[in-house]
Amino acid sequence: MARMKFVCDAERCIECNGCVTACKNEHEVPWGVNRRRVVTLNDGVPGEKSISVACMHCSDAPCMAVCPVNCFYRTDEGVVLHDKDVCIGCGYCSYACPFGAPQFPSAGTFGVRGKMDKCTFCAGGPEANGSQAEFEKYGRNRLAEGKLPACAEMCSTKALLAGDGDVVADIFRNRVLKRGKGAEVWGWGTAYGTKPAAQGEGVKS
Amino acid sequence: MKALFLVLSAAFLLAACGEKPQGLGGAKHDAAPHAGTGVGAFTAPDWKPGDKTSWEQKLKTRAQYGQNDYSRAN
Repeated sequence: MARMKFVCDAERCIECNGCVTACKNEHEVPWGVNRRRVVTLNDGVPGEKSISVACMHCSDAPCMAVCPVNCFYRTDEGVVLHDKDVCIGCGYCSYACPFGAPQFPSAGTFGVRGKMDKCTFCAGGPEANGSQAEFEKYGRNRLAEGKLPACAEMCSTKALLAGDGDVVADIFRNRVLKRGKGAEVWGWGTAYGTKPAAQGEGVKS
Repeated sequence: MKALFLVLSAAFLLAACGEKPQGLGGAKHDAAPHAGTGVGAFTAPDWKPGDKTSWEQKLKTRAQYGQNDYSRAN
């Protein structure tokens, strides 16, 4: 069974923000909401690293654990989704998430949160697959179209990998072996609790 | 008097049975992605909507072809 996961290769990410643009365009994400963003560590310093960050669809998702109305659910493919009809916009998930993934549209002067929005792994939501209602609330359902997330498919350097955990881990492991460096997979340990085979001792996750 | 007390007690106790659940019930049920969208124009070719095995194989092939540049360039 497929278990969907993201891997961001910091050795390849060039901070082009193509993934961010692809996501915003594909799902028509409103102003003020960024389901994905690129973070650069030590910006301007030689050796800086950039990573593309969004919901990692954690194996043991903290957002699911803290949601007081139980609006989250995990699909059979391991994608963490939520039901906007149930969400009350309390923001607990935002505080719990180690990746800052849950987003809240700024709807008013005093920060009325509205319904939470986040990366869906391009898997839509609980509405009917491919329906207008699903698109308006959650964006396109590319998985149901037999496609992978737009951010990863659009990535020009293939720094961002998405798909079945076995496949993306294999692609990444092959890269590390060929280039002989850069085994660090940012966020992998935090999200999935395990380290891929390519990740050696003494490296941060 | 005793009968009236019993009737009133029964009515009071049975009133709880008519209480409707007030929970939110959690998220709605979601259809599996391998069921497809029913929109042929946007569906990727070479897999059959409704067939989980072909869907999984399609995604694996797409991931390898689209993301594994070593298998294409080297």
